[in-house]
Amino acid sequence: MTRALNGEQVAKKIIEAYPGADAVADRAGVIVNSESLFQVAEFLKKAPEFDFNYLGDLTAVDYTDYFEVVYRLVSLEHNHSLVLKTRCYDRDNPAVPSVTKIWRAANFMEREVYDLMGIVFMGHPNLKRLFLWEGFEGHPLRRDYL
Amino acid sequence: MALQTEPFILNVGPQHPSTHGVFRMKVTLDGEVVLDVEPVIGYLHRGIEKMGENRTYTQIIPLTDRLDYLASLTNNLAYVLAVEKLAGIKIPERAEYLRIIMAESMRISSHLMAVGFFLNDLGAMMTPVLYMWREREKLLDLFEMVCGQRLTYNYMRIGGMSHDIPEEFLPALKKFVAEMPKFLDEYDQLIAKNEIVLVRTKGVGILPKETAIDIGASGPVLRASGVKWDTRKADPYSIYDRFDFEIPVGTTGDNYDRYWVRMQEMRQSVRILEQAIAQLPTGVVQADVPQLLRPPVGEAYGHIEAPKGELGFYLVSDNSIAPYRFHIHPPTLINLTALKDMVVGWKIADLIVTFGSIDVVLGEIDR
Amino acid sequence: MTLLESFRLFLLNMNWPDWAAYLVAGLVGIIIVLAFVVVLVIVFIWVERRLLGRFQIRLGPNRLGPEGIFQPLATAAKILMKEDIVPAKADKIIHWLAPVIVFVPVLLIFAVVPIGQGAILSDLNVGIVYVVAVSAVSAVGIYAAGWASNNKYAMIAAFRTVAQMVSYELPVVLAIIGVVLMAGSLSMTQIVESQTIPYIILQPLGFVIFFLGTIAEMNRSPFDLLEADSEIVAGYHIEYSGMKFAMFYLGEYGHALAYACIVTTLFLSGWQGPWLPPILWFIIKVFLVFGTIVWMRATLPRLRVDQLMGFAWKGLLPMAIINLFIIAAEVLWLPQINLWILVAINIAAAGVLILLWSRLFTLGGGRVEV
Repeated sequence: MTRALNGEQVAKKIIEAYPGADAVADRAGVIVNSESLFQVAEFLKKAPEFDFNYLGDLTAVDYTDYFEVVYRLVSLEHNHSLVLKTRCYDRDNPAVPSVTKIWRAANFMEREVYDLMGIVFMGHPNLKRLFLWEGFEGHPLRRDYL
Repeated sequence: MALQTEPFILNVGPQHPSTHGVFRMKVTLDGEVVLDVEPVIGYLHRGIEKMGENRTYTQIIPLTDRLDYLASLTNNLAYVLAVEKLAGIKIPERAEYLRIIMAESMRISSHLMAVGFFLNDLGAMMTPVLYMWREREKLLDLFEMVCGQRLTYNYMRIGGMSHDIPEEFLPALKKFVAEMPKFLDEYDQLIAKNEIVLVRTKGVGILPKETAIDIGASGPVLRASGVKWDTRKADPYSIYDRFDFEIPVGTTGDNYDRYWVRMQEMRQSVRILEQAIAQLPTGVVQADVPQLLRPPVGEAYGHIEAPKGELGFYLVSDNSIAPYRFHIHPPTLINLTALKDMVVGWKIADLIVTFGSIDVVLGEIDR
Repeated sequence: MTLLESFRLFLLNMNWPDWAAYLVAGLVGIIIVLAFVVVLVIVFIWVERRLLGRFQIRLGPNRLGPEGIFQPLATAAKILMKEDIVPAKADKIIHWLAPVIVFVPVLLIFAVVPIGQGAILSDLNVGIVYVVAVSAVSAVGIYAAGWASNNKYAMIAAFRTVAQMVSYELPVVLAIIGVVLMAGSLSMTQIVESQTIPYIILQPLGFVIFFLGTIAEMNRSPFDLLEADSEIVAGYHIEYSGMKFAMFYLGEYGHALAYACIVTTLFLSGWQGPWLPPILWFIIKVFLVFGTIVWMRATLPRLRVDQLMGFAWKGLLPMAIINLFIIAAEVLWLPQINLWILVAINIAAAGVLILLWSRLFTLGGGRVEV
C-alpha cells in the first residue's frame, strides 16, 4: 500500500529545514508559501528519508479568495506519497515558481494550469497555452469565467 | 565545394492516418533525419473538467466514458473509486468481483487495439489489426450482452454496478478466456520472430530508466524501461490484493519492449479473469446510495492502473450535489513529454512507429 | 516468324499495297495487346482485393456482381467522376505530364512480351534490353510527380524514389544477364524457346534476386515506402485526383502485370506446357506470380529507407555478382553437360550463399547523432 505520509510530521521536518516556508499541515498534506516552494520541493526530492522522485499529479483549484496549486509526490523506492500545496492570493497576476527543473513531468501539467487557470509559473522553459489557441482571451476553469 | 542543405519543417498534421486521433506534430527534418519534434494538442478539447462542475456525481459518469474511449470501463472505475473514497461508501462483494472482470476484459481489448495499430504503423497493411479485431469482436459482443453498448459503456455506478449480468455472460466469458492463450501464442509466433519487425523496433526509440521516472511516465511505457511499478501491486485498489498475477518488466525501453510488455500483460489479465470468474459470489450489485449524493467537505484522489497508464481523478467536494473541482490526470499526456528524447536522430518512419508504441488516445490528452 | 508477320504476308499476297498491309497488321497487333493488358489489369485489381481480403480474414468486395467481379469497373467509374484538382502553386505542365510519363512505359513493355507461340507484337532481337531501358523511365515520372505537387510529403516520396529505383536496377540487370548467358540471345522468343528446363530450377538464386528486385521496382510491399500510407500519406500521388490518379492506379497494376509477364518469360518458361493452349499456360503462370506478390503484401511489414538501400547494395548486389560468375563459369566450361547436374550445382550454390548472407549481413543500425 502506498502510505500517505502524515502532514504534521512532514510539516515539522520542513519547519526544521526551512523555517521561512510557513509549513502548515492540512486535511490532505502540507501547505507551504509560494516563495519557498522551489526549495521545499528540492528538499523533499533530495532528502533520503523522503526521496520523492516521481511527480504524480499537478493541478490547481480556484477557491474564490485564493488559488491553490496541488502537487502529489510519490517515492517509488519507499512507496509513500505526500500532497504538497501552495496558495496564491493575487487574483490578477497569480505567479508561482515552476518545478520543471526538479521533475520534468511538470512541463505539460504546468502549461495546462497556465492555460486553463491563468497562473504563471516563473522559470518554465516554454510557458505557452496548451489546449486553447494563441490569442484566446480569458482562462476558462476559473470560477468567474461564464 | 560543400553541399548546402537546410532543414525543413513538416507538419504531421491533425489529419493523418497514423496519429491515432487529431494530433499535430511540428517536425524539423534534415532530409529524413528528425531534428526536433513539437507536439501541438487541443484539437479535441471539450472542457470536460469545467462541465463536471455543473453536473451531479452520477451525471459525470457518461462524461468519463469519453475520455479514453477505447477503455471506457476503466475510466468509469477510476472515477467511482474516487467518489467512494470521498464519501466513504462500501460496495458489495459481487460488485467488486464484477468490477475486476470488467476492468481486466477492458485491458485485453485496449491492448489488442494498441498492438494491432502499432504493427499497422510499421506498414503491415491492416492484416495484424484484423487478426486482433477477431478477438476483440468477441469481447465487444460480451460487453454488448451486458450493457448494450460497444464503445462507451457507462456501466459502473457510485456504489457498484448499474445492473446485474445476464446468464449468458459467464459461459461466453469462460469460453473466451479458454481460447485466448492459444491466440496469443499464434500471434507471438507470427510477429515476435519476424525479421522485419525486429529490425525496425529493436533498439529504436529508447527511453532510459532515469528519464522515464523523471518525466512521470506510467503504465507499459514505464514498465518497459525497467521500473517495476504497477498501481495494482503498489497501491492495490478494489480487491486486487486477492489475485495472483505478475508484472512484466522490460529491459531497454525500446519499441519492442513496449510491445512485449503489452503482450505479457494480456496473458496476466487472462490469469486474473480465470481467478475472478471462479470466485464470483452471489448477492446484490449496488450499495444503497442516495440519488443526489452529497459527500462531506473534503478532497480525494482515486487512481487506478488503466491500460495506458495511471489514470487519476482528483475531486474536491463542498457538500453540494456537484463537485467543486473535477480534475483528471491523463497518463498519455505525461508519457508524451519524452517524445522528443526518444525520436531525435532517428528517421520519419521511426517517429511514427515510436509514437504508435506510446499508444495515445486523444480523448484523454485533450479532455 | 511471328503471327503478325504471317498476317502481313497474307495481306501482301492479296495484293494490298506495302504500307497498308504494314499499317493494318500493326493496328491489329496493337489492339490485341491493349485488350490483353486492359482486361488483365482489371482482373488483377479484382484478384488483389479479394485475395487481400481472404488473407485478412474478411470477405473482400462481394456486392457488385457475383463475387464482386464488377468492383473494378465501379472503382474506375468512381475515379473518373472525381474532380481534377491541381494545387495552386504546383508546376502545371509537369504536374500534367507526370502520370503520362509513368503510365506509357508500362504499355511499351508489352510490345515484346510473347504470350503464345509466335504471338508477339514485335520480335526485337534486343528484347530484354528494350524492357530494362523502358521501365527505368517510370522513375523519372514518379520523381516529377513528387516535385511538381509542391507538397513536402510528395517531395519526401520523390527523394526515396530515386534512391530506391536506382539501387534496385543493378541486381535486376545482373540477374537478367545470367539468364541471357544461358539462353544465348537477348530476344524474348529465343529465351522462352531455349528453356527446356525452366530457369527457376536452373538458376534459383537468379530468380530470387530478380523477383525481389522487381518487387522493389514496382513499389509494392515490403518495399512500398514511396506510398507508405501510414507515414507519408500516399507519397507521390498525394495531390492527384480524377483521371490523373486513375493513370497512377492503373499504372501500378500495369507495372505488376508487366513484371509478372517478364518473370514468367524469363524464369518460368513463358507459354510452354503440356496439353493446354500456350496462351492459357501463360495466363496461369502470370496469375501464380501475381498471387505470390499479393501474398507478400498481405503478410510483411515495411522496411525503412536506409535498411532498404542496405539490402540492395550489401545484400542483393554481391549475391548477383557471384551468381553471374557461377553462371558464366558454367556456360564457358561445361556447355555440353547434362542440365540436371547444373541444376544440382546451382541449387547448392544458392543455398550456401543465402545462408551465408543471412548470417553475415544485418539490417540494423540507423541512429544519426545530431
